[in-house]
Amino acid sequence: MNITELNQIAETVRQKKSEFKKCVYVCTGAGCISSGSLETLDAMKKAVKESGHEKDADIRPAGCMGPCVQGPLVKIIPEDKMYQKVVPENVKTILDKSLLADEVISSLLLFSEKGEGGFSKAADNPYYRKQNKIVLENCGSINPESIEDYISIGGYSALYKVLTSMSSEDVISEIKESGIRGRGGAGYPTAMKWKFVHDHASAEKYVICNGDEGDPGAFMDRSVLEGDPHRVIEGLAIAGYAMGAKQGYLYVRAEYPLAIKRFDTAIKQARKLGLLGEKIFETDFSFNVDIRVGAGAFVCGEETALMASIEGKRGVPSPRPPYPAESGLWGKPTAINNVETLANIAPIIQRGGKWFSAIGSRKSTGTKVFALTGTVNHTGLIEVPMGMTMREIIFDIGGGIPGGKKFKAAQTGGPSGGCIPEQYLDTPVDYDSLTGLGSIMGSGGLIVMDETSCMVDVARFFMEFCMDESCGKCVPCRVGTKHMYDFLTRICEGEAAMSDLEQLKQLAPFVRDTSLCGLGVTAPNPLLSTLRYFHDEYIAHITQKRCPAGVCKMTSGVGHVH
Amino acid sequence: MSHAFNTLDQVTAVPPKDDSRIRRITTEINRHHKRPDALIEVLHVVQDLYGYIPLNLMTFVSREMKVPPSRVYGVATFYHFFSLRPKGEHNCIICMGTACFVKGARNVLEKIETDFQVQPGETTQDGKLGLQTARCFGCCGMAPVVVLDTDILAKVTPENIVGTLQEKIGNNK
Repeated sequence: MNITELNQIAETVRQKKSEFKKCVYVCTGAGCISSGSLETLDAMKKAVKESGHEKDADIRPAGCMGPCVQGPLVKIIPEDKMYQKVVPENVKTILDKSLLADEVISSLLLFSEKGEGGFSKAADNPYYRKQNKIVLENCGSINPESIEDYISIGGYSALYKVLTSMSSEDVISEIKESGIRGRGGAGYPTAMKWKFVHDHASAEKYVICNGDEGDPGAFMDRSVLEGDPHRVIEGLAIAGYAMGAKQGYLYVRAEYPLAIKRFDTAIKQARKLGLLGEKIFETDFSFNVDIRVGAGAFVCGEETALMASIEGKRGVPSPRPPYPAESGLWGKPTAINNVETLANIAPIIQRGGKWFSAIGSRKSTGTKVFALTGTVNHTGLIEVPMGMTMREIIFDIGGGIPGGKKFKAAQTGGPSGGCIPEQYLDTPVDYDSLTGLGSIMGSGGLIVMDETSCMVDVARFFMEFCMDESCGKCVPCRVGTKHMYDFLTRICEGEAAMSDLEQLKQLAPFVRDTSLCGLGVTAPNPLLSTLRYFHDEYIAHITQKRCPAGVCKMTSGVGHVH
Repeated sequence: MSHAFNTLDQVTAVPPKDDSRIRRITTEINRHHKRPDALIEVLHVVQDLYGYIPLNLMTFVSREMKVPPSRVYGVATFYHFFSLRPKGEHNCIICMGTACFVKGARNVLEKIETDFQVQPGETTQDGKLGLQTARCFGCCGMAPVVVLDTDILAKVTPENIVGTLQEKIGNNK
């Protein structure tokens, strides 16, 4: 493979696409598939074929388009019409009106039923207007199972640029200029991580893509792996070049079979075209990627545990230092980057670190993908510039709370994060401000809760999660989470005294300060943040034996109020 | 979690060599050149083929890969995805991730527990329906989510899940 061949592939695809009058993308993300999008796709293909219009309309599968709850979603190009809840019965109408003619079917337009939709161009919809897509720019507009599609929109040209015109130091300084921080949760500067591994003298190094995405309520990584897998492979290869690694791994959860399948297909396609393997683009750089499938252990998102799992062992963490950059996989220097981080690399190389650093806020550059879920109207996947306020995300993009209910809290960071109450809705969302509020950015799960959620119950839910997922290696986490869970259960059941709350308040910081890995260190966060903002609810459970939200079933006292 | 070892046979029974599943496992082990780091991949194959990880196959894998039985057992019991007990004819996994939790997954679970008399991690007495819980399938936009065999069911309610399950297992109770 050389640049002429790459350009040829791109040209052929563009040529082929230009012969069609219309192109129809049907979302085949896991969300839309669960609403039946594969049937819609088949029906669409069949209808076009049977009516003899195969040469006019190109029907293609695509990755996640965002508003999962409105699925199956169908996008029509070049008009950028977005239709929602498209079932096979709608296909004939779409073919007649919007493919063979240029009519808009207003009843099918995205969000049309809510009286706020009716935008014939999807990009005009407030849901999309406020978003800024970098990571997700190809999701929903290319066929994720076609490497040619990816190449046709400039795919692998960043890798070419890096291999032929940049030194590894150049790559790292470009990434440094972008200011990008790790999207997995902790927000460590990516360039710094790469530089540590780069500077290490070892001849054998590894780069790992962390697709373990264990936080419940987060599905950014799944959508990127399903919708644009080549972007991640290109990011891994560039990372490999920058650090001197020849082997990359994707560690992905077993719960994501479709992501595994699509990524596997993508690896095979890249190998076949020589974009992975020996002497890529006729340079001396060789790089390979393999997939390692997890087996359902939240702690494996922690980097040392993840590496143990790749080595085929129980996923228990080890103390750091030594950090993976010194002694990682099989004792060799290793960089572990999140899926979303790696998906940002190719655009940074192509458009420059300076371009990237101008997006977002000063200390948190770029965009962040959020999985917006819970009691909010437009659940799904969004990408916004860092620094947007929580209010804009939930009310402008998310369309507010359904059923006229009142907003109570937004949970970020999963079991390691916290709940942000109404009075902080106008805080800009970035790494530092969320940490200041007692939560964390985390990987990007954003779960909205309304007045029907009990915050003590929510704290108990997360504590149960951490208790179950604790690997058991260190005592503070193994025993501490169990005790905190027992205290919370007693509070929820109306059987706790004020002295229990005092003990809980003493125990939580103790677990945080003494646990071995991130799981135990952050396990008390949901508890501490709900204690900070919803102290009254705890008191009501203890002194009045009453659950203000009416969720907890009290075993004693007055009982729960409806 | 404790697993009853009824007889030593369960651990030592040599699987029949002409069983095609054994050949698949051996192929997988060889594909990874018997490297011990492929243990999790190999156990995934065992579970795919048998629906769970039988004790005698742990012994088999341990011998073939030259990995101590304690490590095979340790890995098989550490990860939630691996099951040491046979699953039901059909399997229903309730997502208990945060988004599903907020949208009422607990009520769905309780309804199934009562109506089918089965607890998470168990199978109904007739062996037809296995019930499990999971930590998020990443379909949070469709919460609450239930995975029935290989299908993802979206926006499930306690009311509609029972009918769906009964239809699946062909039970007219």
